[in-house]
This record gives sequence, C-alpha cells and structure tokens, in this order.
Amino acid sequence: MKITLDWLREHLDGDFTVEDVVATLNRIGHEVEGVENPADKLEGFRVARVLTAEKHPQADKLQVLTVDTGDGGAPLTVVCGAPNARAGLVGVLGLPGAVVPANGMELKVAAVRGVQSNGMMCSSRELELGDDHDGIIELPEDAPVGTSFADYSGAGDPVIDISITPNRQDCMGVRGIARDLAAAGLGTLKPLDVPTIIGEGAPATEIRTDDPEGCPAFYGRTISGVTNGIAPEWMRRRLEAVGQRSISALVDISNYVMLDLGRPSHIYDRAKLTGPLVARRAKADETLTALNGKDYTLTDTMTVIADDSGVHDIAGIMGGEHSGCSEATSDVLVEVAYFTPERIALTGQALALTSDARSRFERGVDPAFLDDATAIVTAHVLAICGGTPSAVTRAGTPPAEVKMVDYDPTLSATLGGIAIAPERQQEILTALGFTVIEQGGRWQVQVPSWRRDIDGAPDLVEEVTRITGFDAIASVALPRTDGVAKPTATPEQMLERRMRRAAAAAGFHEAVTWSFISDRDAAPFGGGDWSLANPISEDLKVMRPSLLPGLLAAAQRNQNRGAASIRLFEIGRRYLADAEHPTLAVLMAGEKRARGWQAGKAAAFDAFDAKAAALALLDAAGAPADRLQVMEAVSEGQIWHPGQSATLRLGPKAVLAEYGALHPLLTRHFDVDGPVMAVQIFLDAIPAKRASGPARAAFTPPTLQSVRRDFAFLAPTSLTAAELVRAIRGADKAAIVDARLFDRFTGQGVPEGHVSLAVEVELQPVEKSFTDAELKAIADKVVVAAAKVGAVLRG
Amino acid sequence: MEHAVARGVPVIAAGQTMMSNYQAMQARLAADIAAAEDLDALEALRVIALGKAGSITALLKSLGAMTPDERQAQGPQIHALRETITAALAERKAALDAAALDIKLAAEAIDMTLPADAAPKGSVHSVSQVMDELTEIFADMGFAVATGPEIEDDWHNFTALNIPETHPARAMHDTFYFPDVDAEGRAMLLRTHTSPVQIRTMMNQEPPIRIIAPGRVYRSDSDATHTPMFHQVEGLVIDRGIHMGHLKWTLETFLKAYFERDDIVLRLRPSYFPFTEPSAEVDVGYKQEKGRRIVGGHGDDDGHAWMELLGSGMVNRRVIANCGLDPDVWQGFAFGVGVDRLAMLKYGMDDLRAFFDGDLRWLAHYGFGALSVPTLSGGISA
Repeated sequence: MKITLDWLREHLDGDFTVEDVVATLNRIGHEVEGVENPADKLEGFRVARVLTAEKHPQADKLQVLTVDTGDGGAPLTVVCGAPNARAGLVGVLGLPGAVVPANGMELKVAAVRGVQSNGMMCSSRELELGDDHDGIIELPEDAPVGTSFADYSGAGDPVIDISITPNRQDCMGVRGIARDLAAAGLGTLKPLDVPTIIGEGAPATEIRTDDPEGCPAFYGRTISGVTNGIAPEWMRRRLEAVGQRSISALVDISNYVMLDLGRPSHIYDRAKLTGPLVARRAKADETLTALNGKDYTLTDTMTVIADDSGVHDIAGIMGGEHSGCSEATSDVLVEVAYFTPERIALTGQALALTSDARSRFERGVDPAFLDDATAIVTAHVLAICGGTPSAVTRAGTPPAEVKMVDYDPTLSATLGGIAIAPERQQEILTALGFTVIEQGGRWQVQVPSWRRDIDGAPDLVEEVTRITGFDAIASVALPRTDGVAKPTATPEQMLERRMRRAAAAAGFHEAVTWSFISDRDAAPFGGGDWSLANPISEDLKVMRPSLLPGLLAAAQRNQNRGAASIRLFEIGRRYLADAEHPTLAVLMAGEKRARGWQAGKAAAFDAFDAKAAALALLDAAGAPADRLQVMEAVSEGQIWHPGQSATLRLGPKAVLAEYGALHPLLTRHFDVDGPVMAVQIFLDAIPAKRASGPARAAFTPPTLQSVRRDFAFLAPTSLTAAELVRAIRGADKAAIVDARLFDRFTGQGVPEGHVSLAVEVELQPVEKSFTDAELKAIADKVVVAAAKVGAVLRG
Repeated sequence: MEHAVARGVPVIAAGQTMMSNYQAMQARLAADIAAAEDLDALEALRVIALGKAGSITALLKSLGAMTPDERQAQGPQIHALRETITAALAERKAALDAAALDIKLAAEAIDMTLPADAAPKGSVHSVSQVMDELTEIFADMGFAVATGPEIEDDWHNFTALNIPETHPARAMHDTFYFPDVDAEGRAMLLRTHTSPVQIRTMMNQEPPIRIIAPGRVYRSDSDATHTPMFHQVEGLVIDRGIHMGHLKWTLETFLKAYFERDDIVLRLRPSYFPFTEPSAEVDVGYKQEKGRRIVGGHGDDDGHAWMELLGSGMVNRRVIANCGLDPDVWQGFAFGVGVDRLAMLKYGMDDLRAFFDGDLRWLAHYGFGALSVPTLSGGISA
C-alpha cells in the first residue's frame, strides 16, 4: 500500500521527516518497500517566463525564444516548436542536465537548425503530468519565475510504499498507519472528523439484505441532484500519487475513502437501477460484466448486490460495468456494507478476481465503522458534487461482538523476551485503541473493533513488543541438553550422506534437478503418478517417477556445451503413488577415458562400469555385498538395454539397484549421444544394519597361507558366470573362501553355443596345510559342482 | 675367454717360496677379477679358481696329502686365499650387477612431463554441502534432523499451521496443487515450506523438541531470483520457558557459525506469519564488495545495509494445540531460511537457476570434494 507524507499529515500531527516515518514503520512491523519522491524527477525544471518569441530563421514551425529564468542572469535562448509559445507566457523550462521524465532524455545545450538552444520549454506530457502535448505548459501569469517547478507544483510529496501484512486490515488505510505511528511515539493521532449529515426522507431506492450470512449489514442512502465532474485537484493528486487513476468525482470519492480509512464503499447510478437494491445469493449461472470489462459467471455460494433487472455488484469485490457512475449521473445510491470475510475470500478465489475492495473485506473491515463511513462518503459527495441526501437505511446489523483477551503482562518477558513495565504496556495498548481493565495481576483487555487479527495473549505480546522495538530483545542461550550426545541424523540421512560422498569420491558430480518433469519425459518410464493441476509450465508438470529423466536432460545440455565425458549423480526422491522413495541415480555418457599416449584411443563407458559403480555404492551403503544376486531387469518399457542391464537383489523381491546400458530409444528420446550407462539405487530397499554396538565380531587372521587353483570349464552360453561361481563356492564351504572368474573365451577350440570359463578358486587351510589328497578331493568337488550346472572341466 | 684362462693358470715356478706363490696367485687372480668386464668373464674366473678343477680347489685338495706340520703352515694361507678370492668375486659381481642395473634403468628413462591419467574427480552439490554444514552447526546446539513428505496435504501445509482455507495468507504462497485428495478428503499439494515437518514432529514426538528440517519446497514462481523448486531449512524448538531471546540467540549462534564471522549483526523486525505469534523477519547487516554481498557488520554502519534473510517467531498457540500439545505448558520458536540463498551468500554464486541445471563446469567450480566434510573440529567450511 502506498501513502504520501502529506496525506499522512492529514491524520498525524507532529514534527517528523519521511526518514523518521520509514524508520518507525520498519521498526513496528510495516516493512517499507520503497520511497519515491516525485520531486526528484522534476529536478532541473523551473518556472520561467518567455520574454520574446521570434520565428526561427531556418524553420517555419520553430520559434526562437528568450526566456527569463529568474536567476537574475541574462535571458536564455531556447528553440521551441510549440504553437502556443509566445512572449509573456509563463511556463516550465528544463535546463541542461535535467532529465525529461517521459523519455529519460538528458537535456543538453545544442544547436537546432543553426540556432543554439539552452533548454527546453516543456509540455504536460513530457513531465508526465498529463496527456497534453499540443503545446507547452501555461502557468498563471503570477507564477513565481525562478522557483523550482517541483516546489511550485507541490509535487514534492514523497510516496512511501508499505508492505502491509495480511493480518493488518486496519492499516490498509492511511489513518490506521497513522495510529500505529502515533502509538510508536511518532506524532499525535488527530481526532477523526465525522460530519453530521441530516438526510431528508427515506432513500429513493429500497435497500435490503436477503443474505444476512454473506452480508450481515447493508447501509445505504440516496443522494439526488449531484454533478459528477472531476474531483478536486488535492484529491486527484493524492490518488494519482499512490497509483490510483482519477476517473470521476464519485468514483474518486469512493476510492479516496477506501485508501484514507481502509473502508470500501460503492456508489451506484440510480438511473440504471430498477426496483429495490438487495444483497442476496447469486443464482447459479448468473453473469455480470464487471468494471474490469470481464464477464463472470456466478454460483449460488456468492453474495451479490442486485435489483429487479439483475446483478450489479459482486459483493465486496467488484461493481458491474452497467451501473457505474458516468458524467451524466445525477442521482446516486451510496452503499456501505459489511460482508463476511470468509465469503469474500472464497468468492474471490473461485472467480480468480482480485481488487482493492476484496483485499480489505476478506481481511475484515471495522464492523463498527459503517455509520461514520456513510457520513464521510456523503459529506465528500455533497462537498464536491452537490445534491440532496436521503436518510440512511440500515439493513441488517454488523457483528458487534466485543472481544476480551485475558492477559498477563509478565508474558512480554516470558514469551516476547522483553521485560516491559506494566504501565508502559498499558500506555501502548491504549494508544492502539485497546482498553485495559486490571483485575489483580492479570488484565482483561478489550480489543478495538478494527483489530480482527487479535486472537489471544500472544498477539498482545506482539503489540507491546513491536511498539517497544525488537531491538530490545536480549539474546539468551538455549540450555545445553543433558546426557551423552546422540546422533542428530537418522540412519536414513546418514545413508544418504555416506552415499553422496562415496559417489563424489568415485568421480561423479552431484546434480540437483527438478522434481517435476514433462509428461513427454515421464512417458518412457510409464508416466508419473502425480501430475500437477496448475504447473508453471508443461515442462515442469509431472512428479518424476525416476531420477534418470533429469540426469538425461542434464547430460544432453552438457553434450550441447561440448562436454566429452559426463559423470553425474543425484540423490533425491521418486514420487510414486504409494510414497516418495529416496533414490540415488548415476549416469555415465561419453568418454570413460580420454585418448592418451599410453592407452591410445579414448574408451567409452560400458555396462560393467555401471555395475562397478552400483556395487561400490552399495558397499558404501553397508549393503551385504556378498549376498547380492544379479538378476534380470525389472523395469518395463524401453528404459534399459534388454541384453545389457540387470538388477542387484537380496532376494526375488528385494531389488536394491538396477544398472546397465540405457535403451538406445530412451537416449534418443532425450537427444543424448549414446551409449549411456546408468545406475539407480533404491535407498529405502537397503536393509538397515542391525545395531550391535561398536564392538566387532572376534577375528584372528589365519596363520596359514591360502592356496589358489585354476579351473577351466566348457559351458553352454546359457550358463551365467554368477551361476557357475555360486556353484563352485558351494562345492566346499569350509575350504573355499573365494572364487573369481578370470577368463571368458569363445572362438577357436570352443564348440558353437559354448563358452570357455576360467575360475580361480581360493582355498584357506585352517589348522594345517592341505595335503595333496585333500587338494585333489576339493578339486573333485569343484568339478562335480560345476558339472551340476552344466560346466565340464576342459581336458 | 682364452685370454682369461691363460692369465689365470697358476704357475708355481721352482725355487719360489710357497708363500710368495700364494701371494702372486692371489694378486693375479684379484687383478683378473677386477678387470672382468661382464658376468660371464667373472664366472670363468670363478671356475678357474674355485671350480672343480680350479687352482684354489687344487690347493685345497693338496692339503690332504700334506704332513701335519706342512698342513699347519700351509692350511691357513690356502684358506685365506680362497676367502679373499671368493670375496673379490662377490664384490666384483655386485659391482657388475649395479652397473648393469644402472644401464638398464638409464635405458628405461622416460619424459616425466608426459601427462598422467587423472582419476576422475567428482563433487558434492553446494546445496548438499550447506545442508551438511547446517546439520553440523545445529547438532552442536542439540538439534536433530527431521524430514517429511514433499507431496503434502493442505491440512499439514496450511490448516494445522493456522492458515485456514479463507485466510489471505494462503495467497502469499503460490501453491502447486494436485487434482487428487487423500483418504480424508484433504487436497494434495507440493509443500510450500518445510513447516509441515513442524506439525509432523510435534504430533509424533513428546517435547522437549529441537529439530531442523531441511528439504525441497515448491512455489509457483519463476524469475531471475525465484525458481519453482528451492530448498529450505526449518528450525523448531518446543520446551518450557522458551522465548524470543532464545530465538535471537539461536539465530545469532547459527549465522555466526555458518558465516564463520563474529561480526554478524541481526535486526529483528516485527512481521506476520499465521503460524507464529509474535513473528519476526530477520535482517542481517552486510556490505557490498566488488559486486558481492559480504555478510557482516551493522546494517546501519557506513557502507552497510540490511538484507532480509529469514522468517521466525514464537510458535502460535493454535499450532501447538493443533498438534495435540498443551500450549499452556509448551512454548517455543520456529524459523525458516532458504538454503540456496545461504549458499549463494557464503560461496558467491549469483544465479539461482544454475543450481538446478547440472552444468558440469558449474558443478566442478561451485561443488565440494568428497572428503570436504564439514565438521566442528575441522571447520564448517571444510
């Protein structure tokens, strides 16, 4: 909300500057977003008199003026194209260095068609004072030549832009702000001048409320014989200074009272009304063309003001185009009503219609200020537009509940952190309009009718502490918690932290990508379960079902920037119908290793790089790496390369990770140059380690050296390495501590459909070294176990 | 070889004493050994002297045929000769080995300025790093970390926080909604702040409570300084006798630790949030240096100004009651601050949108090494 310093002085006596006002407002909870002094824009423009005007020797349409600038020096020569420029005219001269407000151009001494011009005589439009550009400004002949134009025009009234918090409807008018400032010691609040209006007879239009729930009170009067010209200059100037366009006297009056006192009203042209004017529920599908020129379709939950011919006003939000006042208006009806805030809020939300009136009514205007507001609006109309007022019809009654708050003044210290003497607290509350009734140590505080926001004792703490100033709050250390420090992070968070650093240590860069993606990018992953109703764009619409789309999109951007090797990871959530699943995804694209003098050509990533990353990260996560099984991929659709992807599981259903090469159709979809390797680790599937205390299981390294034996098998290609190795490991669980496949060969000497697999088996003797017979027995068991899965020892 | 054999043949001339014979033999052999130029020559000399048919071997064999007196006189000399020659052979062999190794190593010399394959270097995102920093700072003050869902219902995000449906404060949040409702008919949305974690914590945990809740939050807002997704950290303390003074101390302690400066000055301004009462916006003093905001100093000092940093206040009684706690017993404070913003202020990024682009160059520049774990002992800005 904007106010001007001059307007504030209308309500606040005292000797204060705009800086005082700004500092106090910030201190007491009204954040000042900016101060604009229109005088700043008019610097370098002054009142000047044209002494002579001669035709320009080189141009028909130009004149050469000599101008008295009032500084006692020689007259300045100014070239001017305005038809009204003439000797004797008093106008506004822009001197070199001044910046023309309308176009930001800095004035300079310059030759115009061979004649040096030392300034510019200005039009209204150039100074942003109006639309007139037919000629230069003509001031009264007695305007003081030499005076700065800002001073002369009274434009030196600073405009203060204040962010009013939504709880403070009472400060959505200049007077409310003045009241807060006065309570904070800045000036004295002037009494509000409420005129007494003697109305004659009943209103010419009957007024009624048929919706006491939505419109508990509808006060109104008619005024006949008004003239709706333009509002007086002082009013227009204030309105325009705060950004409210002047429209006509009647509209301006209503706006002025709203901005001055926070009290919206509505003035109808009676000529457009038929029959009684009634506050009622809208009928379903009733429509109204509002003052903003837009059509609104209403529902029966909304309150409207209507007559026999239809709806004229969406109650408390916006009037209709049809019944607004025009130049021809001579008889009016003034509406000052109280609308139920919740109703206004819901109607405004449903229609997506904001207005100054709505923002005040939905926050709750002062229910005790209907009569006074009616009188004040009427007085302005009578003073500016003339006319004869009727008596006031008071249809319904506004809520009149008096709110009392039970308050203990020690709360200012025990909640607000500032010890304030009870007398001072009482003083502050009284200045803000509260009434304090002492009962023993506790107080009963009566809340003023305009402070709907006051809900209980903490609100009063806020009132007394904010007016005192939060600077007075002294820091007090939180007591240290007793006992042994416990970890403050949960196991889930520790898991994420460990894996994040493990991934970074493995050479991957952590990215943070959007949680929402486009429908198009979600589609290959089966679409998203959560789709926003009001996305900011189609690209950010569906909650991601996988972390891969975000990383693929990032990879694509990096490739476009020329990145040769892309190693990215992200830790975040996948949003599925059942829950949000913490997930780690890794993506590798481009060169695994750049070409080099040692290794020769650049190497690309392959699916086993993804497997290595998956296993290393699972190991960092503390997953039981020795129990992990490699199984087929689970994801449906074309996400993974069907022959180069797999899952790591702890059983058929416990899928901890998926990894491998991405499907070429997927990488093409994201416009990433393939092949692309990826890993997704499902963090919530990793079993938590059992808490067994810090001590480890007992362990003594074996004293005897382990023995290694190599075996080469011929196996059908359908036999996987994992099956063979698992079979061999199981051949003699006491002796065999490890089995590792170290060679795989197809080609010469290996029959079609078969593969040669070589496995190194590590045997660990426990108490004494193996004898040859024992070694042979173990070797035989290995061969038998391998044969069971179809692998035959090569001769 | 022939030459070596010729020179190595022991010749015992008549009339020479045995003593001088041994000395001459030793001198000749030693000279030949010293002159041996490779291992093969040295081996030939060994065979000549110490082989089965070698000259020294022959002398040793001759001991058996001597009289005890002769043996006593000759034995030590013959053994000394054998030891000396054995040692000379070993010494020469070591010297030849060393020389051969030197030659081999010289041949292996390589341009050590050639590039080495660098292990790929990864990084931790600055948002994660700052969250770890905050976790560490608040752990020292006894705050645990809490989390909650990002897809929330409007009760947890708004209603329980004293923001009813018709409350104008709902308009302060540009909320992303889903068309769905949950089992209880509550509208589903993306949380607009981390404050619903306050509610979930108070409903599930007995006071005293000290938590921070970092995470992603969402608002329908996008321009140079706003992104529709960003990160917040929420703080909540619920206990007996907590007041605004504790809030101020906590924020001061946190911000001093985070920015690692003692000269952090806060300005609390009264404000309004439906879930706190009283409410305060918190400004921090800073100055502009080389186009960057440097946090520190009093905002009213010369060359300094105030910058709004976070929102805070005493938890509204209604919120405490909404969570099933007795507001006459329990009171406390809450605050919320943008993590991305904190990162930008400390580490100097100037474009929020870059946080979410995944540009490898940006990540490498503004990211943190895997081992740069913020700790109290090693420094928060590891």
